[in-house]
Amino acid sequence: MKKTGGQILLESLRLEGVDTIFGFPGGAVIDIYDALVGIPIRHILVRHEQAAVHAADGYARSSGKVGVCLVTSGPGATNTVTGIATAYMDSIPVVVFTGQVPTELIGNDAFQEADIIGITRPCTKHSYLVKDVKELAKTVKEAFYIAGTGRPGPVLVDLPKDVLADSTDFKYPENIEIKTYHPTYRGHRGQIKKAIKEILKAKQPIIYAGGGVISSDASHELTAFARALSIPVTTTLMGLGCFPGVDELSLGMLGMHGTYRANMAVTNCDTLIAVGARFDDRVTGKIDEFAPHAKTIHIDIDPTSISKNIRVDIPIVGDARDVLKKLNNLIKDEKVDWRGLHGEWLDQIAEWKSTYPLAYKQEDIIKPQYVVEKIYEITKGDVIISTEVGQNQMWTAQYYQFTQPRTFLTSGGLGTMGYGFPAAIGAQIAFPNKTVIDIAGDGSIQMNIQELATVAQYNLPVKIAILNNNFLGMVRQWQELFYKKVYSSTMLQMSPDFIKLAEAYGAVGLRATKPEEVIPTIEKALSIPRAVIMEFVVEQEEDVYPMVPAGAPLSEMLLV
Amino acid sequence: MRHTLSALLVNQPGVLAKVTTLFSGRGFNIESLSVAETLDPSISRMTIVTRGNSQVIEQVTKQLNKLVDVIKVVDLFDTDYVDREMILIKVTTEASSRAEILRIADIFRGKIVDVTPKSYTIEVTGDEGKIRAIITLLKPLGIKEVVRTGRVAISRGGKGICL
Ligand SMILES: Cc1ncc(C[n+]2csc(CCOP(=O)(O)OP(=O)(O)O)c2C)c(N)n1
Repeated sequence: MKKTGGQILLESLRLEGVDTIFGFPGGAVIDIYDALVGIPIRHILVRHEQAAVHAADGYARSSGKVGVCLVTSGPGATNTVTGIATAYMDSIPVVVFTGQVPTELIGNDAFQEADIIGITRPCTKHSYLVKDVKELAKTVKEAFYIAGTGRPGPVLVDLPKDVLADSTDFKYPENIEIKTYHPTYRGHRGQIKKAIKEILKAKQPIIYAGGGVISSDASHELTAFARALSIPVTTTLMGLGCFPGVDELSLGMLGMHGTYRANMAVTNCDTLIAVGARFDDRVTGKIDEFAPHAKTIHIDIDPTSISKNIRVDIPIVGDARDVLKKLNNLIKDEKVDWRGLHGEWLDQIAEWKSTYPLAYKQEDIIKPQYVVEKIYEITKGDVIISTEVGQNQMWTAQYYQFTQPRTFLTSGGLGTMGYGFPAAIGAQIAFPNKTVIDIAGDGSIQMNIQELATVAQYNLPVKIAILNNNFLGMVRQWQELFYKKVYSSTMLQMSPDFIKLAEAYGAVGLRATKPEEVIPTIEKALSIPRAVIMEFVVEQEEDVYPMVPAGAPLSEMLLV
Repeated sequence: MRHTLSALLVNQPGVLAKVTTLFSGRGFNIESLSVAETLDPSISRMTIVTRGNSQVIEQVTKQLNKLVDVIKVVDLFDTDYVDREMILIKVTTEASSRAEILRIADIFRGKIVDVTPKSYTIEVTGDEGKIRAIITLLKPLGIKEVVRTGRVAISRGGKGICL
């Protein structure tokens, strides 16, 4: 029986195991929306296409599945760009279906035409323009395969309206073979053996773990490896949760706002084992002085990440999980008293930890760090946390102890304000029974605040904790430290009454202005089975410390 | 350092754009680029001349390889290879210079492919040194226009790059 392009698309999605689409309709995709009625796929109608992509991204990060969005041509498509770039920078698997004008009009500056393939070329892993309905099923199969395998990333599929209306016989391919695409999963044995030799020699080793550990589901293997060998672990922002933050071997995050002990450990280590991390400038600081005494072992599935920013001594291209498994297997045979071997090093790290722990002073006005710390203490890590971008994000990274992978959703690479709330929506859809909290700034939350309507429409009990400092805080902090306190355009002189705003959207608004109100506010919010905005009126000019000024070496931290 | 990269790509619309977007987006430089289909019309072959230190070239090669539509990339730097470029040179002629121009063309085994009362168009093929030399010699006689194909290259010996 023949099916239309719209039907074929939805059938294909069903066969891919897709249960949810985040989208927003328009003329070019009306055929798909028509075919959607009665299909057992849930469509979440967002209020802005950017939010559709962030929600699909949050769904993907929290569940490990591929996130899916559907938008119309032209402005619908261009509105997705920030979401796509965000997913691309953090290697998140999403497939974005965009409507397109009919094939014969492409290139004509037709109504609502945008060359979205061209616009997103630098920020997609791959993209397709489907020109023939006969190609559609195969293209969908390939798109999911490419998005979710190797180093994951966003794939865009552009669907001209006539292709969606056209019909053909439907057959979904069982297997695919893309002759030009073969990610390397298995780490090279010889290289792994070399790495082991180096690790056996190390007196002061550390593991530097990134988002790749989470996307390859290698947390278990990484934790086993670190514990068996008594090697301390620092993670990037993207890696938080891949190793229990409360473990005695945990150094916390490294980099610009990393802990003192993590940055000192990197600077002084003799062996750096990088896993699924890419030596981003926010992590390394001045590149020449990053881990200057270390032999570097780098495990990554993407060969382009290796030796891109720093010279690597032992590269291992492969899936983090596969390589760590092999490492664990081979290292079992070595009879070494690892704890004894690294004892002095661990003592040194403990000393760094006690000299400069993360610290703040709770005085009369609520400190933002205090709010994050209390959210942690009350939820005990058994929730999904997303953040916006800025100080709120860094304080969350510092003061929330993540113990599980896929429980922390944040825009690391692109640093997209407005990411956290829609991402929380995506995670809430993936995990209806979990508590999902977006820790936000008063600036960022306004970038996708319209999604309160989505939350209301689907009765999603997402919690938002706004750390309201009345500033674009992180930019203000830079102005304070490096621009003579000239607060040019960073004071938010007008913000809505967030409590009334919550109510206007059918959510609950709670405000805390005094330190003693913080705990009751969080507890109350968590007890309400609906969406809640918690507004914490916090110290306006609190700074995030430690801080390594941009371009300085990691050892040159500004401490409180 | 100058490197000549040879790549096999899926012959599809948009693939060239992917390659050039990669170069411009990452600040790599392209000195020349030539591309056309291979014996198998579904595959095209691209020769790219680029410049950079070994770390940059390694990145360029890896990044190209990462593109889903790229089948294979080889840096010819460390191999023995033959490279050629073709140039079309339009020279203004005068009665006094015609013989000299013909002689130069002849020395370079060039061909006159178009003649008018006021011009010759010469086709010359060779490596870069040869192309540069003929330009130098013809310049004083009055070059109106040149068009170059950019470099194409192939490895020496019986083996080729294949899938
Ligand atoms: C879309 C976008 N625009 C601008 C920026 C630059 N920026 C980075 S942090 C920041 C301040 C964020 O303010 P707020 O959300 O109030 O958070 P705070 O730093 O105060 O916690 C800005 C403007 C950005 N990251 N993203």
